[in-house]
Amino acid sequence: MTELFAAATGEVPGISEAVLWAIIVAPLAAFAAITLYVRHLPRIAGYLSITAIAASFVLSLITLVDVLGAGGGVAIHSYEWFQAGPVEFALGVRIDGLTAVMLVVVSSVSLLVQVYSQGYMEGDPGYGRYYAYMSLFITAMLGLVLADNLFMLFIFWELVGLSSYLLIGFWFHKPSAAAAAKKAFIVTRIGDLGLLAAILLIWTRHETFAIHEIHDLVISGALAGTTLTLFGLGLFAGAVGKSAQFPLHVWLPDAMEGPTPVSALIHAATMVAAGVYLMARFFPVIEASPNALDTVGWIGAATVIVGASLALVQTDLKRVLAYSTISQLGYMMLALGVFGYAVAVFHLFTHAFFKALLFLGSGSVNHSTNTFDMRRMGGLRTVMPITFWTFLIGTLSLSGVFPLAGFWSKDEILLEAWVNDRALYVVAAVASFVTALYMFRAIFMTFFGEYKGGEPVDHEDEDSHFHGDPAHPHESSWVMTVPLLVLTAGAIAAGWWGWGKEFQHFVDAAVPEGVLHKAPNFSYWIAITSSIIAVAGIGTAWAIYHRRLISAADIRKTAFPIAAVLERKFFLDDLYERAFAINVFQRGWNRLVEQFDTLAVDGAVNGTGWVGQQSSRVLRHAQTGQVQLYGAGIAAGVFIVAIIVFIANPL
Amino acid sequence: MPLTVLVFLPAFAGLLGLLLPANRAHYARWVALAGSLVALALSIVMFFDFETGGGFQFVERAAWIDVGVFDIQYFLAVDGLSLPLVVLTTFLTTAAVLVSFSIEHRPRAYFACLMVLSTAVLGVFTAMDFLLFFLFWELELFPMYLLISVWGSGRREYSAMKFVLYTVTGSAFMLVAILALAFSAGTFDMQVLGESSISSAVLPLRWVFLFLFIGFAVKLPIVPLHTWLPDAHSDAPTAVSVMLAGVLLKMGGYAIIRTCVTILPDQANDYGIWLAAIGSISVLYGAFVTFRQTDVKRLIAYSSVSHMGLVLLGIGALGTTAMVGAAYQMLAHGLITGMLFVVIGLMYERTHTREIGKLGGLARQMPLIATGLVFAGFASVGLPALAGFVAEVTVFLGAFQKHEWAVIMAIFGVVLSAGYILWTLQRVVFGPVRHEWDEVDDQKHWWEHASVVGLAALVILLGVYPSLIMDMLDPAIGVVSARVAG
Repeated sequence: MTELFAAATGEVPGISEAVLWAIIVAPLAAFAAITLYVRHLPRIAGYLSITAIAASFVLSLITLVDVLGAGGGVAIHSYEWFQAGPVEFALGVRIDGLTAVMLVVVSSVSLLVQVYSQGYMEGDPGYGRYYAYMSLFITAMLGLVLADNLFMLFIFWELVGLSSYLLIGFWFHKPSAAAAAKKAFIVTRIGDLGLLAAILLIWTRHETFAIHEIHDLVISGALAGTTLTLFGLGLFAGAVGKSAQFPLHVWLPDAMEGPTPVSALIHAATMVAAGVYLMARFFPVIEASPNALDTVGWIGAATVIVGASLALVQTDLKRVLAYSTISQLGYMMLALGVFGYAVAVFHLFTHAFFKALLFLGSGSVNHSTNTFDMRRMGGLRTVMPITFWTFLIGTLSLSGVFPLAGFWSKDEILLEAWVNDRALYVVAAVASFVTALYMFRAIFMTFFGEYKGGEPVDHEDEDSHFHGDPAHPHESSWVMTVPLLVLTAGAIAAGWWGWGKEFQHFVDAAVPEGVLHKAPNFSYWIAITSSIIAVAGIGTAWAIYHRRLISAADIRKTAFPIAAVLERKFFLDDLYERAFAINVFQRGWNRLVEQFDTLAVDGAVNGTGWVGQQSSRVLRHAQTGQVQLYGAGIAAGVFIVAIIVFIANPL
Repeated sequence: MPLTVLVFLPAFAGLLGLLLPANRAHYARWVALAGSLVALALSIVMFFDFETGGGFQFVERAAWIDVGVFDIQYFLAVDGLSLPLVVLTTFLTTAAVLVSFSIEHRPRAYFACLMVLSTAVLGVFTAMDFLLFFLFWELELFPMYLLISVWGSGRREYSAMKFVLYTVTGSAFMLVAILALAFSAGTFDMQVLGESSISSAVLPLRWVFLFLFIGFAVKLPIVPLHTWLPDAHSDAPTAVSVMLAGVLLKMGGYAIIRTCVTILPDQANDYGIWLAAIGSISVLYGAFVTFRQTDVKRLIAYSSVSHMGLVLLGIGALGTTAMVGAAYQMLAHGLITGMLFVVIGLMYERTHTREIGKLGGLARQMPLIATGLVFAGFASVGLPALAGFVAEVTVFLGAFQKHEWAVIMAIFGVVLSAGYILWTLQRVVFGPVRHEWDEVDDQKHWWEHASVVGLAALVILLGVYPSLIMDMLDPAIGVVSARVAG
């Protein structure tokens, strides 16, 4: 293969190209080996997968250190893959600050999730298959962040979709799991249409897929106007699907049907992070188009509101977390909409740790109670101390409490919004109150008060791999608690990288110089306000759900219409599935086309056959075999022809 | 010599099987397998011997019928466009023989028909004399008629007759066009025709173009000439569905590029937009009707209408990239849909139903077959790293510049295909276990494994290493698109 491009800007990271490829290849090899050879040896499959992702993690760390040393410079290694006419397709890796951060986020969270799964998935009949899919999932995400061109990114983007389908539908015998997997794939693919259109557009107009060339086109002004806006919006459509932005967020809560470690991975490091990463990667494109920038910001804001409000009314612990993810992803898009490129990535970075922690914590709770229904929990604080304390720290971090990780990144989003768009600031600030409220509602329902017995084990269910006794909840084993503790460290400290704008400078270097808006300086005013908001949210939750000073039922009664709308999820699922997919599309339009096909198109074909048969039945009577009749016929024919000739050519 | 051997070897093996004594009838399958394997090996050798960009190769030319003005030749040759299709045919023939291994009813006649069918298709892909081409085109009808009406199921006579009448009607148009061209240019030689510029004929050239197109469009098929396909598929035995979807439909796409576009480039320029429009409509229309199907084989048949629409869209764009994409889509669709029919055939052999409503939860009882179906399904959806993705994206990229709106319509097919395939998977292999299928076994015979794994391997190969084929297609198609561009 010929190397197409190997150039860089600024100080070049000296990291060997082989290391970068190895980061992708290690989990891919694990996937292939498990699928082909050790599917039926679950233990070995698990160890193989963990070893591979551990290797990717170590290499990612080495890469990060190297890129840090180079101040975030860019290096690209690209090779021709195939050619069709003038169109060239390349495979290549690109390393810079943004990719290095993403690599570490993806591989570290994945590694911890994989270790945790050793405990969580123990005894599941699909254990080997599980580790195969997880390896594929991680491969796809690592390939996505390393890709040096949009086409290759799209390939891994779709592979992320495939692996999420396989993992959400992992327990495929459950109808709800099979439906959720399908929903996730199709809904995200609707967004992918936009991404595909963007790919077609950029090649047709500018004959390139390479990220650095697209950046250059924007800077030189060659990519501008309508093309630029359409390109940016096409990319954003892809991100709306993958990153569960309103109005395509509906797949994410249903994706809970997968095993909990899968949810942790989807919500923290893979899948939903892909959309935000895509937007960050092509931020110069978005920034150059005011229309695209506004769209991103306001779709983000709508997502913040939708996610946060729906999280308030969930009774399923995982669904609270799912809607919280939607809301936090909205924050990231909102940040991008107010020029906060580095800030969005920073929030992605900190969010990965505390959200993975919260999901794994909810899995730990599930492992001892056999349920995710918070109404059947309560009082777990004392029996599951490690789970409780880590979950609490994760919650505080998500609520944005000083000095935990979430505080730093959320504060910077509020700051950017305050400086660039006051309306978006109001949305973000109000939602941060709601965030603290719904998270502490979950904390009080799950860990405080009386224990309500969990879900009894159904011993008839051969697929259940539940071992414990829900009547006597217990702390989970060390393979599950150690990952929780490690992630807690991240949920506390990950935000400190932002001190003195260190993180910002590092990630900014991934974008050509002079493109980015200058970031505003740290403001005590914003920090103090946001802390007060968070504490107010926690206090409200304490008043309603712990001390019961205000009755939750009364609130529900007073705000009845709102509560009803929230409980029906803004009627979006009804609209999409019942009204559109089933009635308008399948029973209406498709049926119409099918009827047309059967009656008109095929009817015409059969009609032709029928006419042929009938006419031969009539004409058959002429074939009597009597020569006199034939002779008369011939004579009549000659006579008629003669008359016609005579009329046509009068003498 | 190698090309003649390759073309007639399958028929020879099939007819050899007929000579077996009645008490050895089941050995016919081994004879057929040997014949198809040798043909496959020969075609692979030719594939690697082929000099890419070297025009027509392995030429075999002999005077055949000399009638005054015309000299009809026995003329076989392959170029970068036809050779991959030849390999596809020998490969799918082998797969079709393997999936027929357990056939009990009149095996000698069955394999004779199947192998003659293979020869006819190979003849179409290699004949470079227009009349010889036409003969091979018609030869394919006899075995197909017998295979569907004798070894089929359901309304098999109706479907077989419908298939024959449809094709023959198309052929009538085609023959008029072939004769018109030959009378004007004084030759049946397709290579000469493809290099000369024909400015007038006994019929207006746009009629000639249209007549040829109708003959081929029936085969492709396009909307609204497609309704024979679901009937033929649902009533044909598995191996015939594999051949039908895998290679017979490709005869249409191949012939449009080889004759309509190459011989009549000016008319192709005039009508390109119509081809693209019909292609896009087929993509969407086929997908909508697919959603309504309840018989798995009819479902895949309608999805074929949708996927073959992309071939026409690519051809209609007339550029190198788009037509290379169209050719690649033919190969990809041949492998993927072939695999879908193989897997569904295995399922049908065990459950004796193709009604989606009666299936469900099969992933538990037949995990290997279910895995095959999920794999082939995702390949059909156009998942990257598999053959269909490369083809789709190349068609879209090539056609976008020329027919923006046709492509924008067609890319919705990407979501629709995900919809109907995943919905089918959900209903057939996922969901709760149905205990009526507890007793059925999974894929277990070596011939079943061989055909499924072989097809899957090629689908992956074409998905990750497209240069293998692209480098061969590119120069051959480049010649065609250069003619169109003038």
